[in-house]
Amino acid sequence: MLQVIIFIIIAAAAFYMAFKKFFKIRRNILLGKDVELVNDSSQRIKNTLLIAFGQKKMFKRIVPAVFHFFIYAAFLLTSLELVEIFIDGVFNQHRFFYPYLGGFYTFILSIIEILSVLAFIGTLIFLIRRNLLKLPRFHKPEMEGWPKLDGNIILYLEILLICFVMMMNGADEVLFNRAATHAHMMEGVTGSFNFAISDWLGPMLFGGIESVGTLHVIERIGWWGHILVVFSFLNYLPISKHLHIMLAFPNVYWAKLNSRGQMDNMPAIMNEVKSMMDPNAAFDESAMDEEIPEFGAKDIFDLSWRDIMGAYTCTECGRCTSVCPANITGKKLSPRKIMMDIRDRAEEVGLNMDTGKIEFIAEAKREDGAKLTAKNYDDGKSLFDYISKEELHACTTCNACVEACPVMINPLDPILKLRRYEILTESAGPSDWLPMFTSIENTGSVWQIPDARDKWTEQLKPKDN
Amino acid sequence: MGAAFEIKTMAQLAAEDKHPEILFWVGCAGSFDARAQKVTVAFCKILKEAKVDFAILGTEESCTGDPARRAGNEFIFQMTALQNVEMLNMYNVKKIVTACPHCFNTIANEYPDLGGNYDVVHHTQFIKELIDEGRLKIAEGGVFEGKKITYHDSCYLGRVNGVYEAPRSILEQLDNDLVELKRSRSNGLCCGAGGAQMFKEDEPGDKRINTERVEEALASGANIIAANCPFCITMLSDGVKSFDKQDEVMVYDLAELIVNNNKL
Repeated sequence: MLQVIIFIIIAAAAFYMAFKKFFKIRRNILLGKDVELVNDSSQRIKNTLLIAFGQKKMFKRIVPAVFHFFIYAAFLLTSLELVEIFIDGVFNQHRFFYPYLGGFYTFILSIIEILSVLAFIGTLIFLIRRNLLKLPRFHKPEMEGWPKLDGNIILYLEILLICFVMMMNGADEVLFNRAATHAHMMEGVTGSFNFAISDWLGPMLFGGIESVGTLHVIERIGWWGHILVVFSFLNYLPISKHLHIMLAFPNVYWAKLNSRGQMDNMPAIMNEVKSMMDPNAAFDESAMDEEIPEFGAKDIFDLSWRDIMGAYTCTECGRCTSVCPANITGKKLSPRKIMMDIRDRAEEVGLNMDTGKIEFIAEAKREDGAKLTAKNYDDGKSLFDYISKEELHACTTCNACVEACPVMINPLDPILKLRRYEILTESAGPSDWLPMFTSIENTGSVWQIPDARDKWTEQLKPKDN
Repeated sequence: MGAAFEIKTMAQLAAEDKHPEILFWVGCAGSFDARAQKVTVAFCKILKEAKVDFAILGTEESCTGDPARRAGNEFIFQMTALQNVEMLNMYNVKKIVTACPHCFNTIANEYPDLGGNYDVVHHTQFIKELIDEGRLKIAEGGVFEGKKITYHDSCYLGRVNGVYEAPRSILEQLDNDLVELKRSRSNGLCCGAGGAQMFKEDEPGDKRINTERVEEALASGANIIAANCPFCITMLSDGVKSFDKQDEVMVYDLAELIVNNNKL
C-alpha cells in the first residue's frame, strides 16, 4: 500500500510540474505572431505521417537514421507499456495484462525488448559519435557548454532506462522460473514469460542469486528506476533539446506548405507603394499611425509562433549548419544557432514575464496599475543581443538548411525577418547594398549602367553591308 | 552563325495588335552583364531556330526585385515588382520564359501576391518542351559527344523550385558523359551569389563559397561546368579563374551548349 501512495504522489507531482512547464512553453510560443496557414490538411497529415512518424528526411543519412529509428521505435512502444505500469502502480498490481493477453503480451514485450537492445546499441554509438568521433557538426561554437552536456545527459538517461527495463524483466523471469513472481494471477505458478531477451538474459545475470527476496528487490529497483527515469525525462524535456520527441509532430504538421521561394508578402508596404504609384489616390491621413511602424522582426514578438515553435522543436542535430554554404566556408552564420538563440530569447522573455515585475514594462507604458503583458513588454534587449548582423548578412537564402531539417524547421524565415528589420526599420545594413537599392529604384536595374536595357539586341541585328 | 534577326518588343507587337506565344523575360544580368548577354543571345537563337513566336519587354522591363527583397528591402521590391506586374498585366501576358532562376522564382512564386498570375517557365524547362514537341532538334554527333560535362544545380531552380530533371535531360541529349557533382540536386551547394550576396563583399570567413564549389567541380574531372543561372556563371567562372583553370574548364549555360552543338 505504501508503494501505491508513493507512486501516486510522485506521478501526480511529476505530471503537475511537467505540465506547468509545458504550458509555459506553449505561452512562449504564442508570444509570436499569428500565421496565415495554407489550408491543406491532407498534405499536412501526409507530411506528419511521412516526415514525423516515418522520419523520411532522417534517411538522407542512413547510418544515424537507422540507429535513431531504433531509439524512436523503442520509445514509442515502451510508451505503450507505460499504460500497464500505471495500472500496476495505482492498483498495486503486477503485470496486470499478462494473464489476459497471453501470447500477445509476450509478443509486444519481446518487441520492446529487442528494440531496447537495438536502442541500447544505438545510444552507445551515438555517445561515441558525439564524444569521440569529433563529428564537426557536434563541435561548433554554439554547442559548447550546456548543449553538449544536454546531448549527453539524454543518452545517459536512455542507457539507464534500458538497464532498468532489463533488470525488471530479467529478475522477474528468474522469479517466474522459481514460482515466485508476483505477476497478476501467476502467484505460485512456475513458468517463463518467454520474452525475447530477458528469457535468457535474466537467468544469465540473476540466475546465480539464491535469495528470492534479493530478486524481488532487484525487480522492484528495475520497476521503480524505469518509471522514475520516465518521470525525470518528462520534466527534463522542457529545458532540453530532447523536446523534439513531442514538438516534432506539431512542427511538421504546421510547417510552411507554400513554395520555398515565396517570401511572406508585406501588405502594409505593398499598399503604401500602390498608393504612391496611383496618381488618383488622395493622401489618406487616417492611414497614418501616430506610432512609426516597425517592419520585420526585432524580437520574438515579431516572429511567428511557427518560428518560435521551430526553435523549441530544434534538437540541435546541426544538419542545417553542416550544409550551410556560409558556415562551410567559415562564416559566422549557423542556422542551428539562429534557432537556439530564438529559443534562449523566448525562455528569457518567458522567465521575465513570470516575475510580473514593473521593470519589464516599457517605460512609457508604466502608468499606475499597469500589468506586465506581451504588449507592453520591454527589457531593453532583443534578438539582436543574441544574433549578430554579421550572421544575418552571410545568408545566401539557398534553402539548404530548410531542406536539411528532418523536422521541417525553417531557419531562413526568421533570418529574413531580422534582415527586414535592419533594412526597413533601422535603415541600416551592408553599405554595399545601397548602390543596388538606388539603382533598382532609379533605373530599374540592379547595376547602374548607362546602356539601354535592350542594347544587347544589337548583337543579333542584321548588319548593314 | 545563323542569319541575324530582329527581336520584337511587346510594345511593337501590341501596336500591330499581335500577341506572342511567350514573353522572354531577360532580367538585369541577361540585359547588362557581358557574360550573361551571351546566354541571352544564345537563347534567342534557340527560340528562332524552334520558330517560337516571342517578344521581350525591352526598355519597359525592370528588375524583378529579388535581390532587394532578400536583402530585406521590401519597399524597393514592391516598387519595382508592382510596376512590372502592371506592365505584364497591361500586355495581358500569359506565359513567360526566363533564363534567370531568380527572375523565374520571383515572378512565379511572389508576383501572385501582387496580382500577377502567369505561367512561368525557366529556359531549361522551355528548351526541354521544345525538344519534346519536336520543335527543336539536337544535332547528332555534336561537339560534346564524349566530353565530360558536370552540372551545377542553382538553388532557385533546384532546391527552391524542384526543377532537377529538365536540365539533365537536355545534357543527356547532347550525348555527353554527364558527371554528377558530389553535392547535387536537393543537396546542391550554392554558388554564393544568392540572397543579394552578389552585390556585397563576403562576410569574414575561411574561403569564398564559389571556391568551395569550384573545388568540387574541378575534382569531378569535367571540362565543362553547365549552369542555368547568370549569377552562378559569374561565381563559377570567378572560382575557376582563382584556380587558374580558365583555359581547361569552361562554364557555360545550357543554352550556349545547344547553340554550340547545333552551330546556330
